[in-house]
Amino acid sequence: MENQIVKQQVIRMESAEQLVIHKLRKRPRLGETFIQGFLFFCGAVSIFTTIGIVFELGKESLLFFQMPGVTLVEFLTKTEWQPTIGKFGVLSLINATLMTTLFAMLVALPLGLGAAIYLSEYATPRARSILKPVLEVLAGVPTVVYGFFALTTMTPLLRAIFGEQVQVYNTLSAGLVMGIMILPLVCSMSEDALSAVPRSLREAAYGLGATRLETAVQVVVPAALSGIIAAFILGVSRAVGETMIVALAAGSGPNFTFDPFQAAETMTGYIARISGGDVSYDTPDYNSIFAIGLLLFTSTLLLNVISRRLVARFREVYE
Amino acid sequence: MTETLEKQHLAIETRDMHLFYGHFRAVKDVDLQVIPQKITAIIGPSGCGKSTVLRSFNRMNDFVPSFHMEGEVLFHGQNIYATDVDPVMVRQRIGMVFQKPNPFPKSIYDNVAWGARINGFKENMDDLVEQTLRQAALWDEVKDDLRKSGLSLSGGQQQRLCIARALAVKPEIILMDEPCSALDPIATLKIEDLMRELSEQYTIIIVTHNMQQAARASDHTAFFTMDEDRAGIMVEYGETNQIFTNPRDKRTEDYITGRFG
Amino acid sequence: MSGYFSTPKSNLAMRHRVGGVWKAIFFLSTAIGLLALAVLVITILDDVFGLVAVVDKVDRTTLADRPLEDLEKDELLAILDKKVSVNRLRTIQRNGGFTLDEIPAGEVYELVIAEVVKPTVEESYPLFDSLFKRAEIEAEVAQKHPDATIYFYSWLNQRFLTNSMSTTPQLAGVRTALFGSLWIIVITVAFAFPIGVGAAIYLEEYASRSWVNRVIQTNIDNLAGVPSIVYGILGLAIFVRTLSALTSGKAFGVEGVETGRTVLAAGLTMGLLVLPILIINAQEAVRAVPNSLRQASYGLGATQWQTIWHHVLPSAFPGILTGTILAVSRAIGETAPLILVGASSLINKDPQGIFSYFTALPIQIYNWTSRPQAEFRNIAAAAIIVLLVVLLSLNAVAILTRNRLTRRAP
Repeated sequence: MENQIVKQQVIRMESAEQLVIHKLRKRPRLGETFIQGFLFFCGAVSIFTTIGIVFELGKESLLFFQMPGVTLVEFLTKTEWQPTIGKFGVLSLINATLMTTLFAMLVALPLGLGAAIYLSEYATPRARSILKPVLEVLAGVPTVVYGFFALTTMTPLLRAIFGEQVQVYNTLSAGLVMGIMILPLVCSMSEDALSAVPRSLREAAYGLGATRLETAVQVVVPAALSGIIAAFILGVSRAVGETMIVALAAGSGPNFTFDPFQAAETMTGYIARISGGDVSYDTPDYNSIFAIGLLLFTSTLLLNVISRRLVARFREVYE
Repeated sequence: MTETLEKQHLAIETRDMHLFYGHFRAVKDVDLQVIPQKITAIIGPSGCGKSTVLRSFNRMNDFVPSFHMEGEVLFHGQNIYATDVDPVMVRQRIGMVFQKPNPFPKSIYDNVAWGARINGFKENMDDLVEQTLRQAALWDEVKDDLRKSGLSLSGGQQQRLCIARALAVKPEIILMDEPCSALDPIATLKIEDLMRELSEQYTIIIVTHNMQQAARASDHTAFFTMDEDRAGIMVEYGETNQIFTNPRDKRTEDYITGRFG
Repeated sequence: MSGYFSTPKSNLAMRHRVGGVWKAIFFLSTAIGLLALAVLVITILDDVFGLVAVVDKVDRTTLADRPLEDLEKDELLAILDKKVSVNRLRTIQRNGGFTLDEIPAGEVYELVIAEVVKPTVEESYPLFDSLFKRAEIEAEVAQKHPDATIYFYSWLNQRFLTNSMSTTPQLAGVRTALFGSLWIIVITVAFAFPIGVGAAIYLEEYASRSWVNRVIQTNIDNLAGVPSIVYGILGLAIFVRTLSALTSGKAFGVEGVETGRTVLAAGLTMGLLVLPILIINAQEAVRAVPNSLRQASYGLGATQWQTIWHHVLPSAFPGILTGTILAVSRAIGETAPLILVGASSLINKDPQGIFSYFTALPIQIYNWTSRPQAEFRNIAAAAIIVLLVVLLSLNAVAILTRNRLTRRAP
């Protein structure tokens, strides 16, 4: 009789245990799985975007290069660009892009780096907390406003200095204003790199009797060099891809020239002009947009990847 | 014991030195007289302002915006905080070695040569680099790859490189701020031996949290602690032997026996 | 220097001089940046305000014996009846959606000016010339346009905000463009916000370190640097051309829109453009949530999604909101993609929904800036001010909301 009761109790305890175990067992949570699936989809949208860009640019570019009279060699080596009359030399557009980029970086690199050194090595924390956001306002101004600025202020200024040889549309004006636009980017990225250099390095230099300038230029800047180069490269990429300033101020119509005072159309300027009009599908004009877009996409992507690699390497050293 | 020190031969002398961070008095009323060509250790519990005192000897505290000081720090009889004194000049004469080895991300050679170069050294740089690396007992280990980055050396080697770098500027005094705290025991011993050799030519002031190190390696010891306002004060200063075997102040004795015995 | 330190070991004085010069140069770099900002603002103001020389096509004194401003409504209506054709009047009422009888006298007066008097700006002068060279300007105008009246004019005025596009600068306004920009932003946010926040949560909370997730992260970082015009090309190819049935609304039975160059296509293109920036900003906000919060929630037996929904998202929300607004303000100023997806600056009908053709503020600015006449520069500058005000108020809202939300949090 007693045995019976014990047995029953044992059985009851075992079943209770099983119940607990059953409760702890992993259960499929359908809601959670669904949510996770949706969130993964959100992340994957960016992949679709990239695939979309590569696919569309590639497909239409292929059509472009299949058109009669278009060859890759001509595309990359000839300097005359008139798709409607069968001239497909993209060099004139590339040349104008490089010119405006060069002028932009001539402004943005020295000024941006100088400002970064000032903010990081000289300015008091209070001054920096005021100056940095104000400079960053420049980065938030829409580029079409810079285009207006180039046309209404920079070009007249250049004409006042250099005279009538400066055309109303010219690559110099567009490039210089683009430099002002890129300045905050170069400044803020370089400043980040300079500030990330450990204080101990500065102290080591001061401890040897170095002045502030010697410490900044000979110790801190070299230590932050990869970060600064990354900023510069990203600036170049921004300049190559910038559209509105060149569309407004650099001029419309391809022109293979090295004269900074002359009008010349850049790659982005060409795309904007052609698509701004009523362009019909599957014409040389339409397809050429994609070929140039592909060129633009690959070159800026390359620059961005290099820049990000450099930043990553810089972080490895100091973080 | 302070009375026995001959004033005219002092390396550094502080008079009524008070150090502040903003309104906080970090160090109070220090009168310290450092003997030339000796090793002077500054010991005390953490937070008592040892490093602040050391950094005030070559004006490294200038870079802390809230820092200011009262009193005088005399070097060759001149107050280094006088308005007409150039802190850059002070740091050329009073070099510093830091807690963590901090070589520049340059070659070993350039690490040593840079300080001398900016300070207008015009003679044979190769000789100077070799000489100071020998002085720092590093030459034999690095002579074949002077072009390698200073960062590629081990921690102990890096710290000796930093000492060599300081020597190349030809200072009179070398301040060492816990130079061995990031090093292993063997590397620490090497640095202590090196300090002993260098003290024949240089005055060395070392801040350390390691009492054995102070007892082993220094000639004079200053003991700092905190008073009730959390301000650092100098309790006792004297020959190392005397401080560790026969302290005059109860607080020194407590500190030393508390850790030592 | 005196005493011991007076015998310098090296050319220290020289080094300090060089140091001083370079300090000045570094400061100057910063100052030039600030100066550029100031000049930019001044340039715009210079073109928004200034003297104008106006010639009336019809002499006002021939219309009535009193100044037009003092006339009663029926007297004004009489002038309209007499001078404007019936057809024209009908068109005006149909386009404006009103009848002459129901509008107040003030608006009838505006109509009389616009349709009968037709004042034309013959010359327009920038602000600083107007202030400092007024006499010269008056002399010049007196010689060139003897019957012109000169007065000080603000190109940014109420009419500019409420009028739609016109080929006459002083009658043109930004209403249509403002509505276009707003519609685009609504679609951009509706598209990019949920997906962006979802992607950020996935990458920060769920993603393991597998290669798929690394590819997604790298891809997002790279997309953030793709030039905006490339997004425009993508929008043109996908949304305008391939999906034109969807974006023109034909698939939903909407009539009257022939191509995919609609608000919807523009909004989706902008959505793709801001998505990577939005994700990166939201990721930072989610990453800033302390781990202790997650652990406390798991410790109470919450599932991962419960933890995210009840704890991580609420405390990351201020950061996500600020990040979103920053990303969206980039979309408001973007011009190049809109050119590609076919914004037309000649539209004067407000967008009626997501399947409408559209224009947008930056498009108007681009178009007006590229015209040679000075008066178009004036209204371009006025439109820039409208755009900047929109941007600034958005950013102010972002900062205020963030401050309020973070203050409320424990």
